[in-house]
Amino acid sequence: MSAPRSGVPFDLAAPNERPYFDRFGDGLVVVLPGRRPGREGWGRGGPPHGGAWIHIGADGKARAFIGKVEVGQGTRTALSLLVSEELRLPLDAVELTMGDTDVCPWDMGTFGSRSMPDAGEHLRTTGAAARAVLLEIAASRLEAAVPDLDYQDGRVWVKGTESSRSLGYGELVRGLRRVEVVPSSTHPVPPTEWTRAGRPTVNLGALETVTGARKYASDLRLPGLLHGRLLFPPSYGATLVSVDLSRVRSMRGVVSVHDGDLVAVAAPDPLTAAAALRAVRAKWRTTDQPAEGEIVSYLRRHPAEGEEFWDVIHHSVGNVAAALSSAPVTLNATYSTAYIAHVPMETHAALASWEGDRLTIWLGSQTPFPARDGLAEALGLTPSNVHVIIPPIGAGFGGKHAETLALGAARLAKASGRPVRIVYTREEEFTQTHFRPMAVVDIRSGAKENGELVAWQFQILNAGSAAARTPYRAPAQKVDNQPAESPLPQGPYRALAAVANNFARESHMDELASRCGIDPVGYRLRHLEDDRLSAVLRAVADRAGWADRGSPPGSMGPGRGRGIAVGMEKGGRVATFAEVEVPANRRLSVVRIVTGFECGAIVHPSGLRSQVEGGTIMALGGALFEAIHFDRGRVLNPRLSQYRVPRFRDTPPIEVVLLDRRDLPSQGGGEAPLMAVAPAIANAIYDATGVRLRALPLVPNGTVPESDREGALRSPSKGPPSQARALRRPRGTSRA
Amino acid sequence: MNGVAHPISLDRDRSLLYVLREELGLTGAKYGCGEGECGACKVLLEGLAVRACAIPVSEALGRSIVTIEGLAQGGRLHPVQQAFLELCPFQCGFCTPGMIMAGASLLSQNPNPTEEEVRTAMDGNICRCGGYLRVVEAILRAAQGTLRPEARSR
Repeated sequence: MSAPRSGVPFDLAAPNERPYFDRFGDGLVVVLPGRRPGREGWGRGGPPHGGAWIHIGADGKARAFIGKVEVGQGTRTALSLLVSEELRLPLDAVELTMGDTDVCPWDMGTFGSRSMPDAGEHLRTTGAAARAVLLEIAASRLEAAVPDLDYQDGRVWVKGTESSRSLGYGELVRGLRRVEVVPSSTHPVPPTEWTRAGRPTVNLGALETVTGARKYASDLRLPGLLHGRLLFPPSYGATLVSVDLSRVRSMRGVVSVHDGDLVAVAAPDPLTAAAALRAVRAKWRTTDQPAEGEIVSYLRRHPAEGEEFWDVIHHSVGNVAAALSSAPVTLNATYSTAYIAHVPMETHAALASWEGDRLTIWLGSQTPFPARDGLAEALGLTPSNVHVIIPPIGAGFGGKHAETLALGAARLAKASGRPVRIVYTREEEFTQTHFRPMAVVDIRSGAKENGELVAWQFQILNAGSAAARTPYRAPAQKVDNQPAESPLPQGPYRALAAVANNFARESHMDELASRCGIDPVGYRLRHLEDDRLSAVLRAVADRAGWADRGSPPGSMGPGRGRGIAVGMEKGGRVATFAEVEVPANRRLSVVRIVTGFECGAIVHPSGLRSQVEGGTIMALGGALFEAIHFDRGRVLNPRLSQYRVPRFRDTPPIEVVLLDRRDLPSQGGGEAPLMAVAPAIANAIYDATGVRLRALPLVPNGTVPESDREGALRSPSKGPPSQARALRRPRGTSRA
Repeated sequence: MNGVAHPISLDRDRSLLYVLREELGLTGAKYGCGEGECGACKVLLEGLAVRACAIPVSEALGRSIVTIEGLAQGGRLHPVQQAFLELCPFQCGFCTPGMIMAGASLLSQNPNPTEEEVRTAMDGNICRCGGYLRVVEAILRAAQGTLRPEARSR
């Protein structure tokens, strides 16, 4: 760990007032300023967001800085490849600093699949501008015109004179202290001409990973380190009435803090810290919270305002009520998904250290800049006095935000005068972070006799607005999300609401196709309005050997079924094919998956393949068996022995089909690949058995029920039968 | 421990993982669950992979332990490490040390496992990023000795 330095963070100073050269040595700096967010969209009203800057030093290396962080998505490698491409530098001559709040551009956070479309584009543009300045300097030194120059691997020469007179980037910038802002006329290398990006590459840092040398936030130590623990409420919504720290204060070497709701202890070793936490006497006032079996009716009875960008969608075209009432075929069905947990392999971790009144904190977080600003506010400091550093993180999936923990570590460190590290236990990770929201989706659809969709009403409860809009043509549409007061903490999760909304929609499209006796692939292609999505669906159907058969379920042979689903979100297009086996004992096996994905030009092919394959496996868990069980604000299965995640033996053969569209801008690949897995499997189960399962997880105990009475909406585990009946819609349709 | 003897006090009950990480500074073995479910803490005890979080340190006294930090020999990566380096079957990489130790243990017992044997042997290791298929491929590749020879000398 390098020693923290003081000074004004670069994002808080104007581009030409930052001490680049004192910090990184003489050279050339090219800056793309952040952009003030528009009146709509994430971050509105906030500071300028994003941007990048690149320093070319006398050593010939390119040091690039962005506000995004690497949480395992492979963006460190992908983004470095883009810099390497623009400057034609070897990958090891590019050093990328991510999310360090002292030296990186302000960024809202690493979520929403924005690393490639935002940071990627910013680095391409900045790299291209740096290249232009380097070539301009070289042209002057070599007394040639820029078009007469050639360059490769950090050296520039006049075409035809390579061996005799070439200059390295380091030579070009030696003694220079030049800052340039990226001009608007800058043109990055078009993906069709890439020679470095878009090719197979070993992940940066792979050697450290395989030798155990890679230090994650939870591995970091400083001299004199204390280990901290936070006191947490026994159930969601409980508030602290009183706390007695007298027993803790008598323990040798133990430090405690009590400030409002924050009660924390720290000790020289984790065992003593755990004992100190047990010695805290606290009284809590619990609030009334629902049991798991009441959850659906509870959510329906507790509407909430919701947050603009996660929740709000009101989309309406034509007159849905009229279209439904005149449609010859109508179908009503309700779908649901359970609360599920992120379960990153590394739990939340923070290490805090003070130097005078300046705090440095190493944090496993996807949102370093909001963490810095939040910590500064909570601690009464200026943002300049808080430095957040993001070390390697053992995954996030939308769940690593870490401010509670960071504040606790900072307060303990201040109180003790020593560095303090807090690492959540697995149980704390389950109970003190947040879950993917429980969701209920009510769909009413109408079609002509020939299957043509005429009406689409999509009413979401609590999922969120991601992927709420349908990619299918329907002349009358109404799509709304009603946020609810959740009786468990809920928030961002990889793919957000796209999984719930797409599960509902893609299951329903299958039900409609089946109802009208039309092949599910053909039925989708007939209604899809997006050619890119159609292309992905065709590619997956081809790979899977799907041929339009128009034949009834069960035609794959007894107990065998196949299903397909598509999805479009965050610029990515996905199609997933699943084949399942349901033998006489009803135990479900997923025997094959094909996932096709397209997200524009592919920058880091093996990294993207990992994301698609890994996303498919993560989605399998939520599709088949993952569910948080709870009772009145208490999580009942907060351990890995009680909360099942996919393992080796749960993983079927997965074929990944990547469509590389060099003519289109690169989009993120971390989220959209999850969204079609559950409906593809549900559709395959229907194909195999005639049973339509409309609730995730589909098979919590591993077996497919004999009829969809059981498979119809149930609350995540065992809702009272009366409620299940009230909410269940009959399979199939009512004919008007 | 990786060929070096370390005196350990036995005045308090604690796991082997606790001693490795908090007392010996060997952080390659990770804390993932604390109940032997995820395999992130695996080390070799007398050559076989064990879950260090579930073993009292007293049980490890006087026995040979190899952690991920000690797996490479004489500057040469273990074949499983080499295969992981080449195939990158990891994303966040947090589970990787435990995976490699489990893979190394398997190959020491069964130098030529089938794919099914690899999946069964590795089932106690969780990768939440979903790298399973490539981990299987990496371990099979290590077993088959089809690694790039020039890359072995790291």
